[in-house]
Amino acid sequence: MSVAVLPALALGELIRSMADDEFVIGFSDSEWTGIAPLLEEDVAMSSLAQDELGHAAALYGLLGELTGTDPDALAYDREPGAYRHCRLLDHGRGDWAMAIARRFLYDSADAIRLEALAGGSWAPLAELVGKLIREERYHRMHAGAWLDRLARDDGEARARLIVALKELGPDASTVFTPLPDERALTEIGILAAPMAELEDRWRASIGPILAGLDLPMPPDAMDPAGGRLDHGEPFRWLWGEFTSVRRAEPGVTW
Amino acid sequence: MSEAAVQTGIARARAGTRPAAPGVDTASILAALADVADPEIPVVSVIDLGMVGEIRVGADGIGVDLLPTYIGCPALDVIRTRVEARLRAFDRPVEVRFDFRVPWTSDRITPAGREALRASGFAPPGPALPEAPILIQLGRPVDCPNCGSDRTSLENAFGPTRCRAIYHCTACQQPFESFKTI
Repeated sequence: MSVAVLPALALGELIRSMADDEFVIGFSDSEWTGIAPLLEEDVAMSSLAQDELGHAAALYGLLGELTGTDPDALAYDREPGAYRHCRLLDHGRGDWAMAIARRFLYDSADAIRLEALAGGSWAPLAELVGKLIREERYHRMHAGAWLDRLARDDGEARARLIVALKELGPDASTVFTPLPDERALTEIGILAAPMAELEDRWRASIGPILAGLDLPMPPDAMDPAGGRLDHGEPFRWLWGEFTSVRRAEPGVTW
Repeated sequence: MSEAAVQTGIARARAGTRPAAPGVDTASILAALADVADPEIPVVSVIDLGMVGEIRVGADGIGVDLLPTYIGCPALDVIRTRVEARLRAFDRPVEVRFDFRVPWTSDRITPAGREALRASGFAPPGPALPEAPILIQLGRPVDCPNCGSDRTSLENAFGPTRCRAIYHCTACQQPFESFKTI
């Protein structure tokens, strides 16, 4: 398929939303390096963070090829309001229960999104997604094991997990915020189904897990259209952290 | 040699418009790449790891596709630079790129690579089962690379680099690492 016939605008929005999601959750995870509740989790969260930043770099690279933009500029030179990650990732670090609830909700949703892109008609994205799926399996295993462990506790851990799921729940489905002109993507076979349908699949996939642990299901989003806009103070803080080197020394490289 | 000239050379090589000069062929390139060590586990080469994909040889250039082990592995740029440097010995334009078309899996590690890993204290990965849960895969018995016992247990699916997991041997009481199954 030649690039000339691609719905470049919609495709760019799709890749940007995925790249920003991975970038922001990667930086959020990296905040646990050194302060996780167990040494093993220091290592695990650092490894997950490195994975996600690697995935973001690959996606920004693809977006850069599509739009002729420098991937580093895409990652670091935008103002906070120009990022298009989902609002699920905008709640600040919180406690360990928040970290696990966020990872469980995001990883389960991301898996459904990736499934819908695997085998898609634009090879560069479909090939990258094939590789992403293999790596993300480790993330789902990690989040699922911890969700189970916290939920089966009969004291503080379970109580905190429920608080976290209730705080994040209303924003969980923002992973599936409809993309501008996403019909162009489904018609050409890049995306297997509209975001609304992917949200239904996601709810069907997590329903039995949450019900089995007697945990609350995420409610419907309050503002379904605006789920990737208006990021708020916790993200402004994170943005200030991850752009600080770049802003202090423009053009710096490792 | 400019980037454009390299591209032209590669394109010609692909089209087969000119025969390769004597002395450079797929076998000699594979032999050269056996010298390129992994920066993080230097006992294995890019050949041992199964990272080398398609090789293109023509009179005007050499093209090599590398299959990244992990998408964001920080060693990838180092590996590419080393592969390019090694191939320059053939004195013709070189194009090295990463290719996702064939996803790398730990099953691509060669028997020689597995033995080199074991000899240096890394347990080689078990066969990948794409449909099996990760904990089932990693929970299968892994022989301790120090004493050979199979009385080992998974300590952490995440290790010092993305491709490594941490185990413990109850026979010799030593921790060890394994290359992750992926």
